[in-house]
Amino acid sequence: MNTDIKTREYTTVTDVSGPLMIVEGVEGVAYNEIVEIETPNGEIRRGQVLEVKKDVAVIQVFEGTSDLNTKNTKTRFTGQTAKIGLSLDMMGRIFDGTGKPIDGGPEIIPEKELDINGNPMNPSARQFPAEFIQTGISTIDGMNTLVRGQKLPIFSGSGLPHNDLAAQIARQAKVVGDDTEFAVIFAAMGITHEEANFFMKDFERTGALERVTVFMNLADDPAIERILTPKMALTTAEYLAFEHNMHVLVILTDLTNYCEALREVSAARDEVPGRRGYPGYMYTDLASLYERAGRIEGKEGSITQMPILVMPQDDITHPIPDLTGYITEGQIVLGRELYRKGIYPPVDVLPSLSRLMSGGIGEDQTREDHIGVSDQLYSAYAEGRDLRDLVAVVGEEALTERDQKFLQFADAFEEEFITQAKDEDRTIEETLDLGWKLLSLLPKSELKRVKEEHIPIYLPGKLI
Amino acid sequence: MITEGNIIKIAGPVIIADGMRGTQMNEMVKVGNEKLVGEIIELEGDTATIQVYEETAGLKPGEKIESTGGPLYVELGPGIMGSIFDGIQRPLEVIKAKTGDFIERGVDVPSINKDKKWTFKPLAKVGDKVKGGDMLGEVQETSAVLQKILLPPTIEGTVKSIVSSGEFTVEEDIAEIETDDGVKKVQMLQKWPVRKGRPYEEKLDPDVPLVTGQRTQDTFFPVAKGGTAAIPGPFGSGKTVTQQQLAKWSDADIIVYVGCGERGNEMTEVLLEFPELEDPKTGNPLMDRTVLIANTSNMPVAAREACVYTGITIAEYFRDQGHNVALMADSTSRWAEAMREISGRLEEMPGEEGYPAYLASRLAQFYERAGRVNTLGSESKESSVSVVGAVSPPGGDLSEPVTQNTLRICKVFWALDASLADKRHFPSIDWLQSYSLYVDNVQDWWKETVGGDWRAVRNEAMVLLQKESQLQEIVQLVGPDALPDSEQVTLETTRMLREDFLQQNAYHEVDTYCSPSKQFELLNTIVLFQKEASKALERGANSKDLIGLSVKEEIGRLKFVPEDEFPARVKYVQEEIVKQCGEV
Repeated sequence: MNTDIKTREYTTVTDVSGPLMIVEGVEGVAYNEIVEIETPNGEIRRGQVLEVKKDVAVIQVFEGTSDLNTKNTKTRFTGQTAKIGLSLDMMGRIFDGTGKPIDGGPEIIPEKELDINGNPMNPSARQFPAEFIQTGISTIDGMNTLVRGQKLPIFSGSGLPHNDLAAQIARQAKVVGDDTEFAVIFAAMGITHEEANFFMKDFERTGALERVTVFMNLADDPAIERILTPKMALTTAEYLAFEHNMHVLVILTDLTNYCEALREVSAARDEVPGRRGYPGYMYTDLASLYERAGRIEGKEGSITQMPILVMPQDDITHPIPDLTGYITEGQIVLGRELYRKGIYPPVDVLPSLSRLMSGGIGEDQTREDHIGVSDQLYSAYAEGRDLRDLVAVVGEEALTERDQKFLQFADAFEEEFITQAKDEDRTIEETLDLGWKLLSLLPKSELKRVKEEHIPIYLPGKLI
Repeated sequence: MITEGNIIKIAGPVIIADGMRGTQMNEMVKVGNEKLVGEIIELEGDTATIQVYEETAGLKPGEKIESTGGPLYVELGPGIMGSIFDGIQRPLEVIKAKTGDFIERGVDVPSINKDKKWTFKPLAKVGDKVKGGDMLGEVQETSAVLQKILLPPTIEGTVKSIVSSGEFTVEEDIAEIETDDGVKKVQMLQKWPVRKGRPYEEKLDPDVPLVTGQRTQDTFFPVAKGGTAAIPGPFGSGKTVTQQQLAKWSDADIIVYVGCGERGNEMTEVLLEFPELEDPKTGNPLMDRTVLIANTSNMPVAAREACVYTGITIAEYFRDQGHNVALMADSTSRWAEAMREISGRLEEMPGEEGYPAYLASRLAQFYERAGRVNTLGSESKESSVSVVGAVSPPGGDLSEPVTQNTLRICKVFWALDASLADKRHFPSIDWLQSYSLYVDNVQDWWKETVGGDWRAVRNEAMVLLQKESQLQEIVQLVGPDALPDSEQVTLETTRMLREDFLQQNAYHEVDTYCSPSKQFELLNTIVLFQKEASKALERGANSKDLIGLSVKEEIGRLKFVPEDEFPARVKYVQEEIVKQCGEV
């Protein structure tokens, strides 16, 4: 980058509309370059070049365009794409959505500056994630196992306790037999003060704060700023994981707000909309966030992502959860029906999935019977749930003895396996033994998913 | 002719340049100071619209565009096998050596190693009359793949000279051909434009099944060698595992696996797993017959548009050598979305759901490059390219344009169903919705290979499964006890069909692959149970007793019996069925 043209200042703003601003008569402006905007009353804002055509640049303004005018607004082109200064001192600190400290502490003296867009990880440099993370939550550990380097989102609905669950996971997540604690990066996009406080208090209460880095864009902060927030967080995560060998857990909440901001910018640019008005490139955009999870061959650290998104109207086919599900390696789905029954955590295991589960479980990692128990619980619970619909029509008496057992199993499964306290940290052995205990409610001949030789070892004998 | 233009507009992966008069549509260009790879996709007067295969951040108006004079091409020759390429055929291993763990842009690396020497064995002789597609020689590329070095399709003439056996790089001359336009030097390396299908003599009807070792596919919905199949399904329904199972176990000679806009970790899994796995036929590592093309979802979107073409061109190259090739594309929806994204940036008038109006024709053109053919050349060979495309319909809604347009072309439809996946019924192929139009074509093969009346048994099982869905509706209303005895037995048989035949565990060491004869006997056994139980009912037996027979458990464990013990075991179980049903 030429230093002599590093800062070029223009006052030739011609249009301001929505989050966008158009500057004419510019020279040598690069696509995606970061600009500084000085409002007529001297406030400094930041923006980014979205399009350049000859001497016209379209700029998206992160902090909103109010107060800008077309007379004396100054625009300075920095010649840089968006960067963030990084240092180990960022741990335990709180930043706003654009990476400025807001906790009253000193500015960060960067050890390194990195482009926040990052580069795609080379698939042949990746290491396949296969280290079991014990979250202490039975529905996750037992049936939707999380591994280091995975991206596993929580699909929730408004009013469901996804925050409690995320906080519980951040608190309890550990790799068995490895004492290193996760460094947590928490990126809030458009959530309320209250929600943010909940997380901050939880980190504080559990003494986790010193290993947490927070990027905070709240509901009343500029919406467009949210487009930067997760990128800041993930660049920091890459720095901690791959330069300083840490295991990083990134919590992004709430992706729905991020996508709304994308849509706002897209609409302002008169782009051809895709489904429900979201831009056609939303898949690519989301992928550029989610794919930054992973492990690298020969490097110690890892990035595990847990994005949270609230599905509008609990609709899993809405574009945001839909596109997310196609990129992430599974999903944890919270169910309103379970929540109404007073079950915590209301993880609906049937639509939930962890694609990387098979690599992280089994003899060397958890226990030899893990996969069988999980499959068996799944299919038995699915059958029990189907039978509930049948009971609603024909009554319980009409069921065969076998079917009644499955019905009982489904109830017991919800009450004992899914339900656990907010501070209950179950080991994987406890989870699997609990699974076997529930399976003992079923006729032995129905246990086709577990290996035959495991039945005498693990099935509680007196209950057969 | 080399033209040099200047960038005037940049918007995402699409840029516009002027001073481009004289360039051609689809010509490859180098963009900007970093020489990013791009392709011309629109010409208007002096200006050209270019899609750029790399990240465009930091480009400025005024930077140079350099034309290359030719279209986007792939390099074909020894050294392709076992590699992993990005969407425009750059080897990811080489990129890693050059730029580290993350892919930086503007990396210029050769597609094929130009320094490596290969042992070339000539097959043609001086004085031979040769035409395009004729074999000049061969190279044992990997333990599994013998590459035939073919004369490029455009050359015809007499062999003037040919090297004798020895070590050569792909760029060294191996032969001279006397043609009508003078002497042409031929190397092992060939370049071929990705968007143009390689020529063949004629297309043939596909009548040999592509044996995949997957029971639901082979027995119920077979795909023929040279056929096309679509796997649509919502996320989490097991598309990728299904694709990977096909890549692992199908009996093609060469597998081209295109990961188009999918997860990075999944590509890594393939990369780690395939070298470990053995080809059930030859015992060689699977990687030795596999080419991987990876454009993960965070890699540039324009390269995603190109990657399926790169894949199919490589597949055709091996087809021309006489191999049966299977191409897996996961997922074609991402490819279509890449087209949509580029089209949006071009401000084209959108068709359905924002997809460009040419979506249907592009999909059709792509799938039409599959087929069983007689290759070019004096000694024509029969070979094939089969294409299996995964489709990721938004929200699992099969009425969306990509699925619908794909179904109009593909002959086989494996519909994945989320509710089956929720029950952990894998592969979650919905047996009522799926279809295959190759059943008639391949029935003779089954008859010859496994003996017995495959078609009849298959149809019988299919009728039972269809009956089950009707019975289930009644059960929903009146409860299972209200059904007559015969139908209760039918429900029991179909439960066996579902659990003991259709379900197949990809992670179980034995169950992951099931040979055609095992498939046939397994299905035969379950159908036998139905027959024997029906006979017993006619004699006045009680359905409860039949359902409680201990032989049912034996049937359930049959699929886990290794191939070598299977024939004896299945014979025993069949005898047991007859015996136990007879005693009720």
